[in-house]
Amino acid sequence: MRTLRASWYGFEKHWTWYRRNWRATVVSSFLTPVLFLLALGFGFGSQVRSTELLGGVPYLQYLAPALVVVTALQGATFESTYAIMSAFLWQKTYIGMVATPITPAQVLYGQVMWIGTQLVARSAVFVVIAAALGAAAGPGILWAVPFGALAGLAFSAPLIAYSARLDKPDSFTTVFRFVLMPMTLFTGAFFPVAQLPEWLLPVVWLTPAWHGIELARGAAFGTLGVLPALGHVAYLAVLAAAGLALGVRYFRRRLAV
Amino acid sequence: MTGTLDRRRAVPASVGLLWRVVPPGLYGGKASVLVERAAVVNRRAWFVLVGGAFEPMLFLWSLGLGFGQMVTAVTGPDGQPVGYAAFVAPALLAASAMNGAVYDATFNVFFKFKYLKLYDAMLATPMGPMDIAIGEIAWALLRGGLYSAGFLAVMLGMGLIASPWALLALPVALLVAFAFAAVGMAATTFMRSWQDFDLVQLAVLPLFLFSTTFYPLSVYPGWVRVVVSWTPLYHAIELMRGLTLGVVGWGMLGHLAYFAVMAAVGTVVAARRLGKLLLD
Repeated sequence: MRTLRASWYGFEKHWTWYRRNWRATVVSSFLTPVLFLLALGFGFGSQVRSTELLGGVPYLQYLAPALVVVTALQGATFESTYAIMSAFLWQKTYIGMVATPITPAQVLYGQVMWIGTQLVARSAVFVVIAAALGAAAGPGILWAVPFGALAGLAFSAPLIAYSARLDKPDSFTTVFRFVLMPMTLFTGAFFPVAQLPEWLLPVVWLTPAWHGIELARGAAFGTLGVLPALGHVAYLAVLAAAGLALGVRYFRRRLAV
Repeated sequence: MTGTLDRRRAVPASVGLLWRVVPPGLYGGKASVLVERAAVVNRRAWFVLVGGAFEPMLFLWSLGLGFGQMVTAVTGPDGQPVGYAAFVAPALLAASAMNGAVYDATFNVFFKFKYLKLYDAMLATPMGPMDIAIGEIAWALLRGGLYSAGFLAVMLGMGLIASPWALLALPVALLVAFAFAAVGMAATTFMRSWQDFDLVQLAVLPLFLFSTTFYPLSVYPGWVRVVVSWTPLYHAIELMRGLTLGVVGWGMLGHLAYFAVMAAVGTVVAARRLGKLLLD
């Protein structure tokens, strides 16, 4: 109970900031996925003559649920790299927080709560816009909101742990380029993974993106079985929990007085 | 000692048009020093530097493997159908020239300007703001040129180049990058904080997505076509697509002029603004 309240203070700090500065991130967090949906779903989709490879659904509807997951992952990445480093090094918000009775672990929980809330909010807004544009095959697309957020957290938590150990931001570019970018392009969001060479598939199965996309797309088209769904969710939950545990360790090491 | 201090005020004998646009004191003829500094700083970061070439290649690869299998052919610049990968690859070359240049000229410059205070230090030397503008842009171009050359080589290897005109795609990529870097840097001088950078995103992302990168212009209704054909990346893509597919005409000079004007206006505004911010 005390942990929850202390984490809530951390969350509140972000919310107070956000209430005044939301305009600054409205483009990157809410508009970006809509622009992608318009350009790829409608524009590129208009060039897709045969939907045989997609299982017979229009490209727009094929893309929409996966785009929720990919956007959540991208949002999670930015929130878990520079923002974390800034709170340790540049703005030193974490340093200020542990000067109060809040413990390092609670600082981390508050941060993760905030990222999770943001992911849910962004995904929800996007799903509503996508549905208005006719990109939803049915009400199942609503599942993309929790699944997208879960996939985002499964990537965010380990990444926060990683960022908590760094002293300079140089390696973030490498993370964006060699992890985030390939994960965005090659995990089935824009085209089926069946088109990839076979040796690449085991790598794809490791990514949180693939699990999130399988969940969101399966739910959107009603093809998701219970057992596979549980398996995907369990994998993502384990990733998130492991990341969080590591994060607590590194936050303690860095912030404990 | 006094000699070195005075050198900055010295105006070269030939006072031409350039010096009326760019007042003396703004330029000390030492832009190459900044490039040298960038090379020294990046000596240890070569991995990040070379990694930049990786991104467009991923896109190319995803085109061949994924997108290209769903779309077999689109209408090319001369009305003939072309393979999807051959259609999009030159557009990605143009887009990556834009992206690289804009991010270098906005995020990196802002960081150096506001946090590293690098330019304050540089202006305490015989360098002027114009040196900084030219030096930064030159370094961005060197990097961009490296990436573009790599990208063209991969395109050649994938059989996506249909004409020897494609050789000209490299200098054109540099001109495009120059124009975007200049305008980006001019815009950076107006930024107040990181929050303003969302506006950069707001400009670059729609350009990337809607400037006929992924599908032909004919997809749009009439008035959208007109709007799109005014935007800079559209002109860059037209140039690149024409060159790599071998559809070349005099109209290309118009596209080139667009970027020449953009580059000139951007550089002058950037230098004047930097001078105002740093020297006054």
